[in-house]
Parts: sequence; C-alpha cells; structure tokens
Amino acid sequence: MSIQQVDPGMVAYQILDIDGNLVGKMPDLSAERLFALYRSMHLGRAFSNKIIALQRQGRATTFGSLVGQEATAVGLAAPMQAQDWLATTYREIASLLVRGIPPASLIYSFRGFTPPFPKESRCLPIQIVIGTQMLHAVGLGMAAKIAGEPAVAVGVCGDGATSEGDFNEALNFAGVFQAPVVLVIQNNGWAISVPRHRQSAAPTLAARGGGFGVPSVLVDGNDVLAVYDIMQQAIERARAGQGPTLVETLTYRIGSHTTADDATRYRDAAEVESWRAKDPVRRFQRFLMSRDLLTAAQDQQLIAEVEAEINAAVTEAEAMPPPAPDAFFDYTEANLSPRLQEQRADLLRYSKQNKPGRS
Amino acid sequence: MQMTMIEALNQALALELERDGRVVVLGQDIGVNGGVFRVTEQLQKRFGERRVFDTPLSESGIIGSSVGMAVYGLRPVAEIQFAGFLFLSMSQLVTQAARMRFRSAGTFTCPLVVRAPFGGGVRTPELHSDSLEGVFMQTPGLKVVIPSTPYDAKGLLASAIADPDPVLFLEHIKLYRSFRQETPEEHYTLPLGKAQTVREGGDVSVFAYGAMVQVALAAAKQLPGISVEVIDLRTIWPLDEAAIIASVEKTGRAVIVHEAARAGGVGAEITAIINDHCLYSLLKPVERVTGYDTPYPSPEDEDNYVPSPARVVDAIKRTMEP
Repeated sequence: MSIQQVDPGMVAYQILDIDGNLVGKMPDLSAERLFALYRSMHLGRAFSNKIIALQRQGRATTFGSLVGQEATAVGLAAPMQAQDWLATTYREIASLLVRGIPPASLIYSFRGFTPPFPKESRCLPIQIVIGTQMLHAVGLGMAAKIAGEPAVAVGVCGDGATSEGDFNEALNFAGVFQAPVVLVIQNNGWAISVPRHRQSAAPTLAARGGGFGVPSVLVDGNDVLAVYDIMQQAIERARAGQGPTLVETLTYRIGSHTTADDATRYRDAAEVESWRAKDPVRRFQRFLMSRDLLTAAQDQQLIAEVEAEINAAVTEAEAMPPPAPDAFFDYTEANLSPRLQEQRADLLRYSKQNKPGRS
Repeated sequence: MQMTMIEALNQALALELERDGRVVVLGQDIGVNGGVFRVTEQLQKRFGERRVFDTPLSESGIIGSSVGMAVYGLRPVAEIQFAGFLFLSMSQLVTQAARMRFRSAGTFTCPLVVRAPFGGGVRTPELHSDSLEGVFMQTPGLKVVIPSTPYDAKGLLASAIADPDPVLFLEHIKLYRSFRQETPEEHYTLPLGKAQTVREGGDVSVFAYGAMVQVALAAAKQLPGISVEVIDLRTIWPLDEAAIIASVEKTGRAVIVHEAARAGGVGAEITAIINDHCLYSLLKPVERVTGYDTPYPSPEDEDNYVPSPARVVDAIKRTMEP
C-alpha cells in the first residue's frame, strides 16, 4: 500500500487482526527485528508499571501510564534512523527507549530531576505544553531540508492536541514547506476525561491532513506491524523529498491519564474491557508464536529479562546523586548576568540551611 | 555611511547571512516584498529563497518552527510583523524558545532572534504600537534588546544573532526612518546587557530606551539650569544594573521614561534596583514617566498617551525641588 493511495476514511490500516492473524502484507523485517520490536513493547510496559509502583511508594513523581499504547510508541520510533529527530509528549516513553535513551535517565526524570538526554538520541525533552512539539518537529524538518541533510523529524501528539492551534499551524507549515516530517496523532480516545468526539466532529483526525494538502493515513495503533510499516514508508517518503505525512493511530489509554487521575470517574469499565481484548502486546505475541518466532519459554525469559533490566535501572537511577541545588542556574542561559549570579549565591546560602530537610 | 535604522538593520542582516551559513531569515512579507517596513529588502534576491523566505500568516508557526530550526543548528531570525501580534506566539516564545536550554538540561539550545516593530507616534491601527517589553522581562532565558539609533541597531542585531540564547529584538517604528547616522558598512558588534550614557550630567539620571531617548534628550535641552544625565538602556533584559547604580549614586535623583504601561514594568524594576542598591544616595523619590495603565489608545489619541518632553521636564523638575 502506498501512502498517496490511502483513503483517510474510516478503515484503519491493519497487518495483524486483534488475534494476531496476518491479514495484510508483512513488512520486510528479520526475525531479530521482530523480536526486538516485541521486546521494546515489553520494556515500555514494564517501565510504565514500575514507575507507577514507585509513585505509589513515594519514590516517583506524577506519571502517565502508557499501557495499551506500546504498539504505536514502538512502531513509530523503530523505523527511524540515527540522524532523525523525535519530538514527543509524556505518553511516548517507549519511543524514547527505542531511540536509545537509557532507562535510568528516564527514571531519574521521574524522581523529579531534569536529566540531560544523550544529544545523539536527537529526542527533544518530553513536551508538557500540548501540541507545541509538532511545530518543533516541522522546524527540525525544515532545517534539515535547508541544510540539505537527509534527516527526517517525527512529531507525536495525542487526540486532544489536534484541537490546539499549534497542531494546525504545524500541519500547515509542513505542507507549505514540504518539510521532511511525519506528524503522528496517537489517538488514545481520551484527553484526560474528555472523549475523542468532544475534540472534533471530523470522522477521523487523519482527515485533517486533507485540508492542509498533507497525505494522511489511519492506522490500527495496536498493530505494531501496521504502525511500523506506515511509519517506515512515511519516513522514507520524507527523506526522499516527497514531503510530510500525517498518521493517526487508533489506540486506547488503558490506564488513567496520570497517577493523579482516576479514570473510573468518567469512563465505562465495559469500554476499557473491550480495548483490553485488543491488547497490542498479546496480539503481537500470538503472531510471533504462530510463526514459531517465539516459544513460551523464550517469552517467559524475555519478560524476566526486561523486568531485571528495569529493576537494575531503578537501582542505578536511585543511586544517582541529585544535581547540585543551584545546577538549574546553569541551564537558564549560557552566560549568567550579574543579577543571576547573585541569586545563585543566595540560593546556595539558604540551601545549606535547608539541607537537613532534603532526602 | 549615513544610514537610517532600516538601512542599518538591513545591512546587519545581509552581513550575518553572508558571514554565517546557518543564518536564515523568515516571516510574513519578508521575501519578495522585503518586509512591510523594508528591513529585509533585497535579501531574498541576494541569498535565495532557501535562506530568506515568507511564511504563512501564523505567528505561533513562525516561532515554533524557528525553535525547531534553532535546535537543529540553524540561526533563525524571525520577524513578527508587529510586536502586538507576539501574543499569538506567546506560548512558543515563553514556554519553548526561552526554556529549551533549561528543559533539556543544557543538551539543546535555542539561538533564535525574534525581530518585531513596536512603538507609538506614527498613527498605526490597533495593536501596532503597543510596547510589550515589560511582559518579556519576566521571561527567564530570553533577552530583550531595544536600539535607539541606526549605529546601535546594527551592532546590537549582530550580537543578538551571535548570542547562544534567544533574543527578542524590538525595533521602534518611529525611529526606523526619523534620522540618519554615520554607521560603518563593515561588521561590528555592540555588547548586549550594556547601557550607554548619551548625555553626561550630575544632577539627575534619566533612564530611557527606544524612541524615549530622544524625548529625554529634548527634555534635558529645555532645562539649561539642570545637569541632566541621559542613559540609553539598549538592553531591557538583563538590565545593566551597574550603570543604573553608578549613575544614581552620582546624581541622587532618577527619572525613568518608557512608553509601556507603568504597572510592573521596566520603570518599576529600575525603581526596585535603586531601592535595593542606592536608597541612601537618593535625594528625592524616583519618578516614572510612562504610558498609562490603559490599552494603547486609538491613533488620534496617542499623543496623549506617549510620554512627551513636557512630562519628562516636569518629572525632572519635581526631583529638583528643594
């Protein structure tokens, strides 16, 4: 299937059905790559479950579960190349792990500090202001085009972000400048407590691309192979100078918005259960097993390994010292004005007094 | 060469485009049209559409995409057609551009210059004259520069483009063509964060910037019996505190002049600096001559809003009362 031929209508592109049966054309992926995708999905899920457990124990800050969205997060990042850029929200931790950000760095950030991500991962800091990152992705793509370098940018937002001005301005810039960018809407059905149909009367969010002259695709977001396949095509289309693509992935937020939210206040249990049946990890597991690419023993071993990796990362992150109390002055500007230098000295004077209260 | 501020800015942009392949210039009507004030005249023709380009009418889009370009490694110089429309890009400028270094713990930086015309006195439509520097003074990570002469405009813009952090460069519309000044044709820079004494005096310090420097100088001329020092702040954030303190310690009297609304503004901040550092040098309360705490008025009313030499004269006289 080619992107230009896709009707951004009501039928989501699928390669695996909800039981893991192959219903489309397999993308060209080796057994190792398939296994790696599966492992990344487990790693994302284990990370999410671990941080929520730590948060309940007072060892982590507010965190948004990514459970149910592993296929989209992994599938969108896996086809990216080293020189490509990624701008995400807080829901795409699994994408950041695929891009090589160490789990310990991410866990450190959920201890309440700001870790520097490795620059070479080319991942922007996790975005908090909804939709803004889509323009950054477009700007990164525009810059690559201006510089004549074969880099592509991927910007990811949720369904709620499509109501923001920045989302629409990003699509418009992407189209006008034919920027090498892929804009992904991870439609998980809910913007905290507001359902998808309250964001837009359009039948699909992918349909928004048409008004901006940007080809768009609707994908089953719980089908890692479908997401991978479309992203691979969209990224390479962009790299080949054929312009931007808008991708809407249909998925579901199984958990609450964050640890500070209680989704049972506004959501039907039956709806959640219906989506549990479409679980992206189990779907891919069934496919791999049906193809003899995964045995039950390997599956158990993988889950144990991932669990151990996350536990080791927690140990590592908790052993990392907090930054110096005045370190955030270092990141305010390159050269501190005399006033900021004075304020920094003031902070240090008081932080010594505050020390007993710090953990 | 004798240049207007428009010509000086145009030359600064041309020189930076020539010197540094990372510099790109973008905005509305800045390409073929050369900008509504002609600051970017001929630049697209000279440097091509790849580096000098028009954008959709989309302020947040201009700043947001510039953030991405700056992170990538380019040096975007974005024009917002009038400063009053900066509000449409407030989120990208304040929450994103100014915080990129901070949010990434220093991994990424945002060396972006946002140019915007502002200021009253030329009978523009609504929101074309508003002075917003006070708003942006409260944006950590963002520098705010306002030149008052062609020479300063050229040197300060070169420094703003070279700066590793984002700079909001506000250009007073009334100064664009109001006078010419001898300005070197070659590249030079002037330091950001440094005020300049434009008239030395010993009785009273008048702090101003942009078009208000001329107003302060006109007021000083009308007071031959008083030795008035006029200091052009040039950079609004960070303020040159050392220059402010040194002058007030010398004169013991201070008047601050700006077009922007008074509440929580540059004048309030300078008053606080004086309070913190040289209260006991003060002979009289600090005077502020500013726009009123109302919206900027309709074109035919603006002369009643923008500080005049007469208002500055009265403020100076009040500081000199026995």
